[in-house]
Amino acid sequence: MKRLVSLLLALLVVHALAADARRSGFDDMSPQVQAMQRDDAANPAMLWVKEGEAMWGRDCVRCHGDAATSMRGVAARYPDFDTASQRPITLSQRINQCRATRQHSMPLAAESDALLSLESYVAMQSRGQPIAPSADPRLQPFRERGEQLFRRRIGQLDFSCAQCHDEHAGQHLGGSTIPQAHPTGYPQYRLEWQALASLQRRLRNCMNGVRAEPFAYGAPELTELELYLAARAAGMRLETPAVRP
Amino acid sequence: MARALITMPPTAKRGDVVEIRTLIAHPMETGYRPGEDGAIVPRNLIRRFSCHYHDGRDEVLVFSAELFPAVAANPFIAFSTVATASGTLRFSWSGDQGFTQTETVSLVVT
Amino acid sequence: MMMKRRELIGAAVGLAGAVWVRPAAANADELAAAIAAFAGGVPVRAGRVEFEIAPLVENGNTVPITVRVQSPMNEADHVKVIAIFNQSNPQRDVANFFLGPRAGRATVSTRIRLATSQQLVAVAKMNDGSCWSHSVDVLVTLAACVEP
Repeated sequence: MKRLVSLLLALLVVHALAADARRSGFDDMSPQVQAMQRDDAANPAMLWVKEGEAMWGRDCVRCHGDAATSMRGVAARYPDFDTASQRPITLSQRINQCRATRQHSMPLAAESDALLSLESYVAMQSRGQPIAPSADPRLQPFRERGEQLFRRRIGQLDFSCAQCHDEHAGQHLGGSTIPQAHPTGYPQYRLEWQALASLQRRLRNCMNGVRAEPFAYGAPELTELELYLAARAAGMRLETPAVRP
Repeated sequence: MARALITMPPTAKRGDVVEIRTLIAHPMETGYRPGEDGAIVPRNLIRRFSCHYHDGRDEVLVFSAELFPAVAANPFIAFSTVATASGTLRFSWSGDQGFTQTETVSLVVT
Repeated sequence: MMMKRRELIGAAVGLAGAVWVRPAAANADELAAAIAAFAGGVPVRAGRVEFEIAPLVENGNTVPITVRVQSPMNEADHVKVIAIFNQSNPQRDVANFFLGPRAGRATVSTRIRLATSQQLVAVAKMNDGSCWSHSVDVLVTLAACVEP
């Protein structure tokens, strides 16, 4: 079963890369905003990364050592399978799980600056790596549910993710180009938020946009969507921490 | 998150023009924006930024800025200064609600 | 002065809140007055100043800008102040940068907010009292899928 899943994922990646029409949101941005992302001295996300580095030095280095070594490639395979809950788990959830079970310390609140700082520092250690979803076969049913959620029409406007981001990507909504919606740079600094935040915040924004009741932070549906989106973006380069409009 | 981030070279040759890029965490609340309850969120801005160059003898104000609500949150200011002698650069931000932040960075000039 | 409040309705997607946008004529007068006040009666000439900004802005919350002034930046010839003004935000001032010969180069960068498509002006005041400027027109698009 594991071999079959590995094969399926490999085929997905090979197919995607062979005729790769996929674009990161980066490609749709103006040169000025692209420059903001490229320059670590100018990227506002680095304020969170710098804090994450300090937190790592206080709380994580004792077990994990130098993050550049131990965390390399980690974010690129998340969401991963969590044996304890028998469900997929996001990187920020894994960080909190580590704090609670191994450090016996308080979990950090979802979307808090503290959690986002640590998550962005860890995820940045995979910057430049291809998104490489875990081949654990136990993730497959959750990934499939994520794909169903992606294709399901929701909200008063009765749109599915797929309608905008598969069928109409590259066209315009208002004055904005519709992106293909690949999570290539999370946690990211979104100019609209004037802050750094997670993929889950962005998904909730989209749900609001079609006038649907957004899933709560940490909801299983959001993790399943993240899982599907990662597979859909498999092979694309991780840019964390990205800047996006 | 971190309060401030300053990027500049640690060393320079005398007479070189050194590029300095600064970032500071701050919402730069304009005072024009309605909050979730409909009431206007009170203005909360960084008003002033300055850079003093202390070269062991004098401390000189080499650059400063006045900021208004039209400056984006987490203000980014990039400017330059001439490397005159080894010393420290003191960066200062101040604003509403008693906000102050100071960072010092050494510069070795050969 | 009367403030006109316009609600912007996005195509098929809800956009949050209202944007305070004033009539263009009033803005142009105020912008001219702000520049004249800064220049202190000295005529402002176009030239020597380069205002670099994207002509089309994806998000008006954070717009990178760079202003460069041609000047050797020595004791005899240097920029003292670079002032940036806008036409259609709630107030005309954006930022003032104070330089001098210690700057080495008359180049400053920052990121600004633009409430709507409008004209922006960078004015440089030199040590000899002369004033130079560069105006740019910027188109600002509004984000889709915002938070409520």
